[in-house]
Amino acid sequence: MTHYYQPEIECASREQITAWQNERLVKTVHHVYKNVPYYRKLMEEKGVTPDDIKSVADLHKLPFLTKADLRDAYPYGLLAVPLRDAVRIQSTSGTTGKRVVAFYTQHDIDLWDDCCARAIMAAGGTKEDVVQVCYGYGLFTGGPGLNGGSHKVGSLTLPMSSGNTDRQIQFMCDLEATILCCTPSYAAYLAESIHERGVRDQIKLKAGIFGAEAWTEEMRHDIENKLGIKAYDIYGLTEISGPGVAFECEAQTGMHINEDHFIAEIIDPETGEVLPDGSKGELVFTSITKEAFPLLRYRTRDICVLTREKCSCGRTHVKMCKPMGRSDDMLIVKGVNVFPSQIETVLLNQGYEANYQIIVTRENNSDKLEVQVEMTPEMFSDTLSQISAKEEELVEALKVMLGIYAKVRLVAPKSITRSEGKAVRVIDQRKLY
Amino acid sequence: MSVKQISVFLENAAGELASFTDVLSKHDIDMRALSIAETRDFGILRIIVNDPDKTAEILKEEGYVFSITPVIAVAVSDEPGSLVHILHVLGENNINLEYTYAFITRRKEGAYLVFRVEDTDKAIAILAGNKIPMISQEEVYTL
Repeated sequence: MTHYYQPEIECASREQITAWQNERLVKTVHHVYKNVPYYRKLMEEKGVTPDDIKSVADLHKLPFLTKADLRDAYPYGLLAVPLRDAVRIQSTSGTTGKRVVAFYTQHDIDLWDDCCARAIMAAGGTKEDVVQVCYGYGLFTGGPGLNGGSHKVGSLTLPMSSGNTDRQIQFMCDLEATILCCTPSYAAYLAESIHERGVRDQIKLKAGIFGAEAWTEEMRHDIENKLGIKAYDIYGLTEISGPGVAFECEAQTGMHINEDHFIAEIIDPETGEVLPDGSKGELVFTSITKEAFPLLRYRTRDICVLTREKCSCGRTHVKMCKPMGRSDDMLIVKGVNVFPSQIETVLLNQGYEANYQIIVTRENNSDKLEVQVEMTPEMFSDTLSQISAKEEELVEALKVMLGIYAKVRLVAPKSITRSEGKAVRVIDQRKLY
Repeated sequence: MSVKQISVFLENAAGELASFTDVLSKHDIDMRALSIAETRDFGILRIIVNDPDKTAEILKEEGYVFSITPVIAVAVSDEPGSLVHILHVLGENNINLEYTYAFITRRKEGAYLVFRVEDTDKAIAILAGNKIPMISQEEVYTL
C-alpha cells in the first residue's frame, strides 16, 4: 500500500504542476529582482527583466548561479528577506575558505520539512514509526531536515546525530527503531557492527533513507540484505534547501523531484545549453517557493538524467537518476563536500607549496581521505618530534577547513607527478559511479 | 668540537635506502655512522660521512631534502660503566638527549657515541669540563 504525505500534490496532473511552476517562478523572479541587488545586477548584465519571464518556458533566459556567486555574495548578499524574517542558517563547504550559508524563514523550514516528510512516507513511514536520524545535526542539513520531516509525519523521532555507534545500536534495539536515516556508508557500517554484536534479531528496522553521498546498487543490496530492510535514496543540497529535494519511492527507479518547489533542468555543462529530458547532463535547480534564499538556475555540478516515464507508485513528479558524476572537482567524503581548492588553501596558509595529491579510498564501506604533501627543506628536521608536530598542525588545519579528518602523508620531493597543464590532484579509488 | 651530521628524508618504501647509498657510493662518499628513525610513512636517515660538504652538494643536486645538524661524537672505552658515567654527567646538568646512536671503527680502539642535544655548545662545555673526550670534524676524516 502506497503512502503519500501530500497526495494531491505528489500525484497532481502535469498541467497542475506546470501551472504551479509558472505562477511560482514569476513570483520568485520578481521577489529576487526587487529584494536582492546581486540578482538584479546579474539579470541586468544578461539584459533580462522580470517581465521577460512569463512561464517556465522562459526559464532559459535567466542567468545561471554557481557556487562562486554564493562565495562572492557571502554572507548576506543573496538573502532575499529582511534579517528579522530569517530564522535559521545551514551551511556547507565552499570551494575555498568561505563556506556557503543558506537562510530560511519559518515558512521555508516548513516546506523543507514537508519535502522530507514526503520522503519518509514514500519509504513506508507513518505515525506509528520510530525514526532514527543519525545524520549530523548542526550546520549540516541532513539531521535537521529528516528530523523535521519525521515530526511532520508524526513519527517518534530519535535525534541521534552522527557517531557513537554503540549508543546508536543500543537505542535502535531498545526503542525498536523502524526507519533509519543516515549516509549509506554509515548504514553499511552499522549493519556490520550489528552483525558483529550478534543483535541482528533485536533489530526492528523496515526501511532506511540514505543520502548525502554516492552509493552503488551493490551497496544498496548489501545493506538491504544485512539489515533486512528496503533502502531508499534521497537527494538534496544545502543551497537548494537540504535533503528532500528529491526522494525515492518504492519503485526504486530514480528519485522524484519535488517539482512544486523546485524546477529541474539538464544542461550541457560546457555550453550551458538546455538539453531535452532523457539526456545526460548537469542538473540545474530553480527554487520557486523559498522566501529567504531562493536560487534561480543554480548549477549543482551533479551529472544526471531526468525521466518523465509514468511511475508505478502513482507520483507524477519527474524522476532523476542517482548522480552519475560531477562536472567540477568536488568530492563527497563521508557525506561531506570536499574541494581540492580547500586543501590547497590550507597548504598555502601553512607555508607549504601547492604540490599535493588527494587520495580517496573506501575501506569496509568507510571513506578515507589522504593528502600527500611533498617534504620541503623548510619543513624538514632531523628529529621526528619536530616533523610530527608540523604534521599534526597540518592535520588540525585541514580538519578545521574540511570538517573531517584527513591523513597527511609526507612524500619525497618531486615524487608527485607533474603533468603537462592540469595537475592530477585527485585520485578517487572508490568506484562510486 | 661538534661534528656535522647529515639528516635525509626518505620515504618508507622498498629500495629507497638502496638508491640513496648508491648515490653516495658513486661519488666515493664513505659513511662512518648510520642511524634511521622511522615512522610508518617515512624515515629520517642520519649519517656521519667523511666529507659532509661534498655530500651536501651531491644531495642537493640529486633533489633530496636534507639538513646538516651539529652533533657531539664522544669516544668511550669499551668497558662496562663508561657510558653510564657520560649519561650521568649530562643528566646532572639537565642536558636532554634528542637522540643518540653508536658506531665503531676499525682503526681505533673503543666506540663512539653520537649525541644530538638542543644546546650543543653547552653540552660540549660540560663534557669538556668533565674530561670526557670528543672527536672533532677533522678527526672524523681520519677515522
